[in-house]
Amino acid sequence: MSIIIDKVSHVYGEHTAMAVKALNEISLVIPDGQFIGLIGHTGSGKSTLVQHLNGLMKATSGAIYFNGEDIDADGFNRKLLRSKVGLVFQYPEHQLFEVDVFTDVCFGPKNLGLSKKEVELRAYEALKLVGLDDDYFYQSPFDLSGGQKRRVAIAGVLAMKPEVLILDEPTAGLDPKGRDEILDQIFRLKNEMGITVILVSHSMEDVAKYVDRIIVMNKGSILYDDEPREVFRHYEALEEVGLAAPQVTYIMKELRDHGYEVSDEVTTIDEAKEEIIRYFKNSVRK
Amino acid sequence: MGIIEVKDLVYEYIRRDEEGNVEGITTAVDDVNLDIAQGDFVAILGHNGSGKSTLAKHLNAILYPAEGTVWVDGKDTKQDQYLWDIRQTAGMVFQNPDNQIIGQMVEEDVGFGPENMGVPTKEIWERVEESLKAVGMYEFRKSSPNKLSGGQKQRVSIAGVIAMHPKCIILDEPTAMLDPKGRKEVIRAVRALNDVERITVILITHYMEEVIYADRVYVMDKGKITLQGTPREVFSEVDRLRDLRLDVPQVTVLAHELRKEGFPIPRGILTKQEFREAIDQCRQML
Repeated sequence: MSIIIDKVSHVYGEHTAMAVKALNEISLVIPDGQFIGLIGHTGSGKSTLVQHLNGLMKATSGAIYFNGEDIDADGFNRKLLRSKVGLVFQYPEHQLFEVDVFTDVCFGPKNLGLSKKEVELRAYEALKLVGLDDDYFYQSPFDLSGGQKRRVAIAGVLAMKPEVLILDEPTAGLDPKGRDEILDQIFRLKNEMGITVILVSHSMEDVAKYVDRIIVMNKGSILYDDEPREVFRHYEALEEVGLAAPQVTYIMKELRDHGYEVSDEVTTIDEAKEEIIRYFKNSVRK
Repeated sequence: MGIIEVKDLVYEYIRRDEEGNVEGITTAVDDVNLDIAQGDFVAILGHNGSGKSTLAKHLNAILYPAEGTVWVDGKDTKQDQYLWDIRQTAGMVFQNPDNQIIGQMVEEDVGFGPENMGVPTKEIWERVEESLKAVGMYEFRKSSPNKLSGGQKQRVSIAGVIAMHPKCIILDEPTAMLDPKGRKEVIRAVRALNDVERITVILITHYMEEVIYADRVYVMDKGKITLQGTPREVFSEVDRLRDLRLDVPQVTVLAHELRKEGFPIPRGILTKQEFREAIDQCRQML
């Protein structure tokens, strides 16, 4: 179940004086089961790109293939595509609307034309997957805390059983624990269900901790597409495009600048800890 | 008495059913006392739902105390005749930049506040110029706000507040929606206002790194202030903060982890330089 993006461009307001090129000949392959981080400054084209992946936006030129089929071809089942590629927008709790949590999560699968039993089963599973307690199922979604609301909104997308889950800044505005809880759960989901996850994020620390691959966007083009350690090695270039490396990468740089022979590929706290311990063990041996 | 004094403040949200009968009461702020001196940089931390924003809304009379008293520059916020004085003394900046900008042009937006205060036209323009310069946005004065990045928009929002010549500025998660560069720009602007103009700053945030420059940090939980001190004192309590659903900066975590492994590193390391100096000490001991 892969997505192939072939030279996709998108121009807002084409053929007008206000035309803006938001995507510039993007080509990418998104294979099964990867955890991908998509980063870039505000306005770099991240949200435009992800909205192409489930057919919400149509490419001005280029093509997108989902499991080998062109999603723009006549007769392509775009409704099915939207259930297979689930998109969780920024501040998804603003899209909750039903009288209680359970009914809200049922809304998506109900529209797929499934039986009532299947709909409720899926809603139940999805709410369990995001770790929401049974006690909340028949409460109004508006009485929940920020983190809980967001989990309900994510459950609403999971109940569609997507093969690809795209999350646009799922942790903005959450406290640090809420941030970790949501991302840990997404990480587990990805491993348990084998789905592909694309995480759009402004937190370099979060991206470094969870993803296998980072795609960096700048001005509608792809600047880097590699493993986190490789991408964050270019921290100076990242700063030029409004991004940064995780803090811990700068700590290791500070040590290197003062003559410590430590690796420049460190992107998480655990790696930094091991690297410093290794350095001291080697020094003792000498 | 300081610029802001809060004494025994209690605030309750009352939930009512459709007939208006009381369904339940949530005590959002529970017996809070604060005394903030003119020119201080104060940070307030706390998980989602801990009462931070409710407290902040009392500081410029958006909410009134249920019990206790709040004085802003010596004026009791419960007394209606002081309302406009208080709003002018203590300005507020919110999370979402798109909800606070109304002008067609940056300079018009910044001029809106002083214009409503009845400031003479010539002085309005002087204030607009100095405010935009203070946040580093003067070169964009003729731009349309919707062409700006998130960090730039937030700086325009801050300029709009300082054009009213407040003694105090309250920022409620001003960087939650911004990319790393935008976050840096906003925090730099806020620190400059505090250092150069001696404006009192009250910053609410979920990003722990933004707090290390504060004079004093207050941590809220269940409506109460549960922990307070200098950033170094507060961030020494790594485990306590984690129990409160919070975190500490990555450099503080790394130091904490290494201390647990037996490295003689002091508590409350806040910057990479301090960390490197602590590691230098460890190396000399070999």
